Amino acid sequence: MNKILIVDDEPNILLSLEFLFKKEGYKVFIARDGEEAMGIIEENIPELVILDIMMPKVDGYEVCQYLRQYHEKVKIIFISAKSKQQEIEKGLSMGADLYVTKPFSTKDLVGKVKNLLN
Amino acid sequence: MIESGLIISFTFGYLALLFGIAWFSEKSAEKGRSLASNPYIYSLSLAVYCTAWTYYGSVGRAATNGLEFLTIYIGPSLVAPLWWIVMRKIIRISKVQRISSIADFISSRYGKNITLGGIVTIFCLLGILPYTSIQVKAIANSFATLQNSGTTVGSLASIPIYIDTAFYLSIGLAVFTVLFGTRKVEATAQHEGMVMAVAFESIFKLVAFLAVGVFVTYFIYDGFGDIFLQAELRDFDHLFVFSGENSGSEWFWLSMLSMMAILFLPRQFQMGVIENTDEKHLDKAMWLFPLYLLLINIFVIPIALGGLVHFDSGIVDADTFVLALPIAYDQGWLALLVFLGGFSAATSMIIVSTIALSNMLSNNLVMPIILSNNRLREKYQHQLGTLVLWIRRISIFSIILAAYFYYREVSGYFSLVSIGLISFVAIAQFTPAIIGGIYWKKGATPGALAGIIAGFFIWFFTLVIPTMVTAGFLPQSLMDEGLFGWSALRPYHLLGMEGMGYVSHALFFSLSVNLSLYVLLSLYATQTSKEHNQAVVFVDIFKYSTTMDSSIIWKGQAYLPDLRSLLDNFLGKEKAALALQDFTLRTGRELGVKNFADPELVIYSERVLSGIIGAASARILVGSVVKEEEISMEEVLNILRETQELKGLNMELKKKSKALKKATNELQEMNETLRLNDMHKDEFISTVTHEMKTPLTSIRAFSEILMDEDLPPEDQNRFLDIIIQETERMSRLIDQVLDLEKFDSGRQNLNLEKCDTRILILEASESMIQVFKEKDLKFDLDLQFEELYMYVDEDRIKQVILNLLSNASKFAKSKVMLKSFINSGRWTVQVWDDGKGVPEEDIGFIFDKFFQAKNQTSKKPVGSGLGLAISKKIIEYHNGEIGVSKGGDLTCFQFSIPAESSEHLNKNYISTNEQNIDRR
Repeated sequence: MNKILIVDDEPNILLSLEFLFKKEGYKVFIARDGEEAMGIIEENIPELVILDIMMPKVDGYEVCQYLRQYHEKVKIIFISAKSKQQEIEKGLSMGADLYVTKPFSTKDLVGKVKNLLN
Repeated sequence: MIESGLIISFTFGYLALLFGIAWFSEKSAEKGRSLASNPYIYSLSLAVYCTAWTYYGSVGRAATNGLEFLTIYIGPSLVAPLWWIVMRKIIRISKVQRISSIADFISSRYGKNITLGGIVTIFCLLGILPYTSIQVKAIANSFATLQNSGTTVGSLASIPIYIDTAFYLSIGLAVFTVLFGTRKVEATAQHEGMVMAVAFESIFKLVAFLAVGVFVTYFIYDGFGDIFLQAELRDFDHLFVFSGENSGSEWFWLSMLSMMAILFLPRQFQMGVIENTDEKHLDKAMWLFPLYLLLINIFVIPIALGGLVHFDSGIVDADTFVLALPIAYDQGWLALLVFLGGFSAATSMIIVSTIALSNMLSNNLVMPIILSNNRLREKYQHQLGTLVLWIRRISIFSIILAAYFYYREVSGYFSLVSIGLISFVAIAQFTPAIIGGIYWKKGATPGALAGIIAGFFIWFFTLVIPTMVTAGFLPQSLMDEGLFGWSALRPYHLLGMEGMGYVSHALFFSLSVNLSLYVLLSLYATQTSKEHNQAVVFVDIFKYSTTMDSSIIWKGQAYLPDLRSLLDNFLGKEKAALALQDFTLRTGRELGVKNFADPELVIYSERVLSGIIGAASARILVGSVVKEEEISMEEVLNILRETQELKGLNMELKKKSKALKKATNELQEMNETLRLNDMHKDEFISTVTHEMKTPLTSIRAFSEILMDEDLPPEDQNRFLDIIIQETERMSRLIDQVLDLEKFDSGRQNLNLEKCDTRILILEASESMIQVFKEKDLKFDLDLQFEELYMYVDEDRIKQVILNLLSNASKFAKSKVMLKSFINSGRWTVQVWDDGKGVPEEDIGFIFDKFFQAKNQTSKKPVGSGLGLAISKKIIEYHNGEIGVSKGGDLTCFQFSIPAESSEHLNKNYISTNEQNIDRR
């Protein structure tokens, strides 16, 4: 069973995504900020991380950098309301596999996760 | 008491010191470090006014005439504040016109008239030479007094010249003056070394005089009180009352006299005008110089009285009290210091007067004669510069030796007591021509000439003739019966005038006649165009000093090579080339077309030459190489008018370009503001859209979940609830954005109503109580007033309080407190929490829109980020203030609103509104 970590500081987004991916049969971990996320990663390395960018304490970029440094194989999908081209490029250049802008289609997101993990 | 050898070595040692100071200053100036160019040295150099006559004579006069000696210092002190007007104008004129002396000044003003310059020179010589000789006499007398320990000596004039110390000292002074007074050929150039030496002498004589004053007052006697008491016991109190020679009118005339002297004595003119390096120095000199006079006079009366009390009348000449008292009390070294002080007073006068007189002699008397004589001119044609220098050097030696011989040969016959004042009256004759010349354009040559000559004759008759009678050259009957036996022509009683002191009498008559002639003849005279040109430039110097070159009118032709060789002649090839270069640089004009010199170059050359040989001589010289055409008066006036118009136009242009520059700056600023506004707007929009996408994401996610899945009903309800919550959140955000936009654009209206602020606070707090309970926060409410009704928008203020309480609830750890009170007419509400507080660096921005949103990569609060921005607007609309501060571990947000009448509030609200509209 693939392990997925979902990181977002918006409780409702977290709730919806957790619900969605559990339903799809993944083992889902959630974190409300970057710091919490890094704690979880240390304990339980997930195959894929769905990562918001703007969060308190430690932001998404930092988590992404951390992952690329220590856990290269983990797939990363940024989800962010930042939708300018240069912001997307920045996210991808930091080593994320995908960049999905908010609001997004849940079906698409699920599809993308599946593709990445296969 | 002190050996002659010692005195002589100290005296020559002092002279050597002067050489040293002067030499050092000159060297320093050559390296570009001018020591003399500062207001203090300038003020001290003006103190050359105080001569040996002051030093010894004041005490002498005080011992015989009482307080009258003060008039000589009261006049200059009274006139000092006027320096800024009169002296500054004279300085400006002299600098612009390159004037080298008082004779040059007068001659320049009256159309560069040679005769006038020559006459002024001769009269200066006649007036000042005796004055210089009493300086020599003072040196010789004091030397003898010191040598013979105070006993009165026989006729000094009987000593053979070759053993007369005064002779050698005179030679020494002449050498000094030649060395430091004629280093440069330009008579207008500053003599740094000489100025520094004179300034040093001013300090020295002051210190010496104060030393003897303190000695007499506090060591011989017991202070001022004691001296006056002793004097009273011996019936000297007549010295302190106005009567007879001491009368009020006497004081008036003598003060007037010294006022004129301080401005126009050749040495004062030299120091005050020619050696001035900056008009602004007058500013300090105006009070420093009178202060100096005050200091040097403090002890005059005590010394005079002390001497009168100590020496029985008649044994010791009162003029020597200053020296005789220390000698009588066996204070050898003090006596030596006093002697050197007197020596310094005498030498500074001799040096400066001689330089001034030698400049006049060379530039206004000898050179014009040589230059107007064709044969002589041709003979010296190629060495005119050197010639000028040698004329000056010879003059200096001649003047000083003449003073020495005058002292030896004539002083035996004449009473020299009042020679200082007699000199002053001679100099006073220049006053009408100078003052009239700088304030009255109509003042003309015939008036000046006649006035000065007549004044001089009267001066000679009323002051010089009597001294000749006293000396026995003329019969006493002249004094008693008058010239030709006419009693109206008695020297001391012209027209039968009685009851005036002889100095006042002479001053009154000479000046009245002088002034009348000057005014009358000027009124009837027609000025030549050249003279009128000079008159206009002198009177309106502050208007012309920047456009000088174009305001002097000249028509004619000059050959460039001639002009060039003229300059070469005086300046030397190198300096002449520099001067020509300076001309092209400053005016941007060519030197001339082909071989003909540019008209402005001719004027420029004349001015350069003026600085060397005086205006009148320069006129002759330049006149000799050019063919001039006489210009009509009308032309002169036209050109002058044009110059002024041009200047006016220039000013207009300057004003316009200034305005343009200002407009450009304003435009740039506005552009920058607009650009910033634009940027802020962009940022605002991107932040708003970002904030909206967050709830949208949740809404979409749950909608899709609800659509696709077969959910248990409780989940369905839960998700639907979330969707509704998020929708509300979006609506709120949209409302707030619109709200803020309204405030920003000034379209927001407040609904002002009278409301009870206590109830308002209570209601707002109540709606938050549930939240506090949920978060387990303690809430305190502290209302410190009984009742307060205010005209406010109740809902808006409630909104602000709610916003502050809600923010506090988000950050507080354990407690929140609301405090409200009235402080100096303002209703204040404070919300305290014990949260982590606002970082120092953020305090300035916390009320900005989306401030927290902007920084939310690191911290993201719950809320839109617009709450504080809107609160700020609301409070500002109520004419109040909102802010954040820290008190210990607590954070305090507070706002205050003036608790004023409703009308006032309304007015402010409206004005705020208008301002906002304007800003758009």
